[in-house]
Amino acid sequence: MKKILTPAFFIIICLGTISLLVRYAATHNVAVLNPQGIIAHKEFSLLVTATLLMLIVVIPVFILTFVIAWKYRAGNTKAKYMPNWDHHHGLEFTWWAIPCALIFALSILNWNSSHDLDPYKPIASNAKPITIQVVSLDWKWLFIYPDQRVATVNYVEFPEGVPVNFQITSDAPMNSFWIPQLGGQIYAMPGMNTSLHLMADTTGVYDGSSVNISGRGYAGMTFKAASVTNADFDQWIKTAQRSGHYLTEPEYAKIAAPSENMPATTYALGEPDLYNEIMMKYMTPGAEMTGMVMP
Amino acid sequence: MHNNDSKTVFGFWVYLMTDCVLFASLFVTYAVLHGNTFGGPGAAELFSLPFVLGETLILLTSSFTAGLAMLAAHAGRPRQVLAWFAVTFLLGVAFLTMEVTEFSKLAHEGNSWQRSGFLSAFFTLVGTHGLHITSGLIWMGIMMTKVVRGGLAPNTLRRLTLLSMFWHFLDIIWIFIFTIVYLMGAAS
Amino acid sequence: MKILGNLTFDALKHDGITGLTVNAMLIGAPIAFILLVAGLTYFKRWPTAIGFVKWLWKNWLTSLDPKKIGVMYLVTAFAMLLRGVADAAMMRAQQATSVGSSHGIVSSDTFQQVFTAHGTIMIFFVAMGLMFGIINLVLPLQIGARDVAFPFMNSASFWLYVAGTVLINLSLVVGQLAATGWLAYPPLSELAYSPGVGVDYWIWSLQIAGIGSMLSGINFLVTILKMRRPGMTLMKMPMFTWSVLNAMVLVAFAFPILTATLAMLALDRTLGMHFFTAGAGGNAMMYVNLIWAWGHPEVYILVLPAFGIFSEVVATYSHKRLFGYTSMVWALGAITFLSFIVWLHHFFTMGAGADVNTFFGIMTAVIAVPTGVKVFNWLFTMYRGRVVFATPMLWFLGFVVTFTIGGMTGVLMSVPAIDFQVHNTLFLVAHFHNMIIGGVVFGYFAGITYWWPKIFGFKLNERLGRYAFWCWFTGFLLAFIPLYILGLMGAARRLDHYDASMGWQWLFIVSGVGVLFISAGIGFQILQLAYSVWKRKENRDTTGDPWNGRTLEWSVPSPAPYYNFAVLSPVTERDPFWEAKQKAGSDRPAKQKYEDFEMPKNSPMGMFIAAFAFIFGFAVIWHIWWLVPLALLAVITTIAIRTLDDHSEYTVTAAEVEELEASHAQ
Repeated sequence: MKKILTPAFFIIICLGTISLLVRYAATHNVAVLNPQGIIAHKEFSLLVTATLLMLIVVIPVFILTFVIAWKYRAGNTKAKYMPNWDHHHGLEFTWWAIPCALIFALSILNWNSSHDLDPYKPIASNAKPITIQVVSLDWKWLFIYPDQRVATVNYVEFPEGVPVNFQITSDAPMNSFWIPQLGGQIYAMPGMNTSLHLMADTTGVYDGSSVNISGRGYAGMTFKAASVTNADFDQWIKTAQRSGHYLTEPEYAKIAAPSENMPATTYALGEPDLYNEIMMKYMTPGAEMTGMVMP
Repeated sequence: MHNNDSKTVFGFWVYLMTDCVLFASLFVTYAVLHGNTFGGPGAAELFSLPFVLGETLILLTSSFTAGLAMLAAHAGRPRQVLAWFAVTFLLGVAFLTMEVTEFSKLAHEGNSWQRSGFLSAFFTLVGTHGLHITSGLIWMGIMMTKVVRGGLAPNTLRRLTLLSMFWHFLDIIWIFIFTIVYLMGAAS
Repeated sequence: MKILGNLTFDALKHDGITGLTVNAMLIGAPIAFILLVAGLTYFKRWPTAIGFVKWLWKNWLTSLDPKKIGVMYLVTAFAMLLRGVADAAMMRAQQATSVGSSHGIVSSDTFQQVFTAHGTIMIFFVAMGLMFGIINLVLPLQIGARDVAFPFMNSASFWLYVAGTVLINLSLVVGQLAATGWLAYPPLSELAYSPGVGVDYWIWSLQIAGIGSMLSGINFLVTILKMRRPGMTLMKMPMFTWSVLNAMVLVAFAFPILTATLAMLALDRTLGMHFFTAGAGGNAMMYVNLIWAWGHPEVYILVLPAFGIFSEVVATYSHKRLFGYTSMVWALGAITFLSFIVWLHHFFTMGAGADVNTFFGIMTAVIAVPTGVKVFNWLFTMYRGRVVFATPMLWFLGFVVTFTIGGMTGVLMSVPAIDFQVHNTLFLVAHFHNMIIGGVVFGYFAGITYWWPKIFGFKLNERLGRYAFWCWFTGFLLAFIPLYILGLMGAARRLDHYDASMGWQWLFIVSGVGVLFISAGIGFQILQLAYSVWKRKENRDTTGDPWNGRTLEWSVPSPAPYYNFAVLSPVTERDPFWEAKQKAGSDRPAKQKYEDFEMPKNSPMGMFIAAFAFIFGFAVIWHIWWLVPLALLAVITTIAIRTLDDHSEYTVTAAEVEELEASHAQ
């Protein structure tokens, strides 16, 4: 009896905690399980499908473990004891073949989804896409709207139902650009340009962050991504363009200098080719703009 | 005793294989970085094929003389062993001298390992080979002293076998360097 | 040129909790030393102290006996486990309290050093240490040999590992550690973004220990292939031996990549090169590829011997032959081969494109097949057996639960599009802890408990072992299930602070409670050790075969004699000891014919090589340039002196062996 008390005590703690955790998750916003953009939706259903496929093996393994452990415990002398029985072709075949089949199915899923959800792939839509250039800095995010001539720090806004082509680089160590409710992440790397295509279903404000450590202030690299109506977006652009607050080279140098928890700021874009200049300075000597810091 | 030999020789082969993987990592890095000249000169501008051919011939010859030394060792002729290893040693020193000369020239011109990813990869790959050659020469010096002091005892014979394996291995690595770094570089 | 390079007294100044700890050490250590000297003098115990040091030197520190070296590995690894768990506790405490306007108990910089220390120490100094410790203790006995192939190199490997642990722990007191995470990606780890000595400590600690590991890989590989008993063909080897063989192949192929990569990062930082810098033609993605080309095989290096241990444990405690031996061998081989072609799954999000991502994703999923095969074979070893649920079997059951969950989440992440949403979040952290704690740590704990009587001559207390297991198991689930949820809620890894509006705090608190349970588990393990030592006479293993074992290590007395076996007689089947026991009594055992054999003499040279290597590393880190070539020269000279020593062995005569065997039989 005593031998059962210890495990029973601990198993109750485990099960109790797990059910509390599940309840907690169900009553809070679990971003990845609450998609608000087309890419995130697809990634979520992929997660569900793959999990169900895995459970086909995992659940039998758990059941088998406990049944076998219980039935063949030394105390159960009624169970058959065959100390030299050590192979069975049928069983071997089963547990090589069924997992192989599952992995084969998963591989098809893998190929299709990797191509369909490739971050570099533009989103098919009737709406005209907008381009937003993203630069990860120490320790903030800079968003440049080359066509709208506007720029923001730690805040990005775009219209709902419109594909957004993010072009991403870094003027700091490697970071990772992520808005979980809209879609998966991609690395931001100095001297390199990566792409991410996202589209929000509807209006809303979503959390974004950096998902790769880039130094002391990394945890503070959170930002808000707002999806608004087309009309609101146009209005916002106009206001920013007329703000009189210009993002010029010297202003950029100030932003790029290491600092933490910079509040959301909006600019009119004073240097139209800023993004390319930031990238180029890593690729050829002497391409740095005045006042820019070379690592 | 025999079992000891086969164990040690086999162990040394495994070590050489790990060294191979080390060089492979450096080769693959060179392959990725060889175009990253950051606006500076590339392989085609910097490498002199005749000079490198000279280094190659010296090293290949030294492998040949090391082989002759081992033949003498198995035939039990310590004086010949010393003579051939002495020649090998001198050829090795000549090779290193040429390499150091090449490196200094590049550095003085402003094309040091600090200038670009390409040059960092070049100096490191070729330099690591050079460091291995240097270790081999030190080892050779020690072994020659052992032969002088104690003749061709079984332990010494075994160690000479390992040394010659090492030396031939470095020759093979050099052939890859010659081909991938210099020949392909000059053609680019 | 300053005589101490960049080293000044500033290196001893630290903030916050680190500062308090370091100051306590700096004040406490001299006081403890003075008290010790005073006490020894007052109580006239100097002869005892000197005698103790001499005993330690002769019997442990300079010993080339793998059984001794193995114990030293375990002691060091366990000490590092305490440090690693302390780091974990600090991390959980920080993340449970650093919300909103509170910034927790440590600064961001300290926190980032703590998790870097945690990961680096756990992988390189706990897991690798436990692994090499167990292999040293068990492998020669299992294959029926007296020693490993290269006993001196074995000692050097151990001391190089110690040099690595000293360096990384020193970084806490003198200077700082990297604040980059345990793999120190550039450009963050380059001089521009990490100008201090932290990354250099990280590099040299791992470089020195890594060379030790690589030499061990060569050593154990040759041992298995060249020193088995006559008649023990590959397909008659115990499963643990097979798993070590595969793991050592991985070590031999993977560790040189680590050596090269760390060297290149060191060259960037020390000689101004541009392998991985941002700009000047450097390519940080190259580092990521290289480090994971090592890093992925590394995790299989750690887990394969654990699998081997489970094969031994399950068969022994089920009193039944291991199910599907051939299949298990092929599964090991498949895992070993596949582990070299999956590395990119660690950075699907770096933008390699759909085709490349898919290839690596599929290969990753494929590894799940042979791994699953092994789990089924273990379960069916229990099937129709008579299973005793001693502590090692509990660790096995805990492994099945936790490792299966981890395996499942691993296959989920092998789909790049899913990975995009969970990469570098706490979901990933939970996954790999499932694999490492559930697989590696539980496996090594099972192995240590299982082979303990063979090493020390007495059994560990069962009840305390059970309590330890349940605390670890519960603690593990409490600590890591919340992290899966946190990851899905968008929580990145390595955060030292977050907004209250995220709703994450309660989950971090539960996770913190989990670490308390794990600490209790460790507490029980320490208690188990102390109590078992105290009660060792009552729990003595008098037969050498406390579990009715199957393999050769159980055929010698406990603890094993220093020469392991008196006679190296041939074997004819798998599980040779079990088969011999079944046949016992039917034949009269033939009279043993003893022969002379050679054993290695003690040597301090391995320790000296490592000490000089440590000085070399320290000198490079602090730019004490004059010391660098001197230390290197010292290493080379010591190696040369040792390799030229032709009198490193001594003979044990047949008569001596006969006498020793007779005394054991009494």
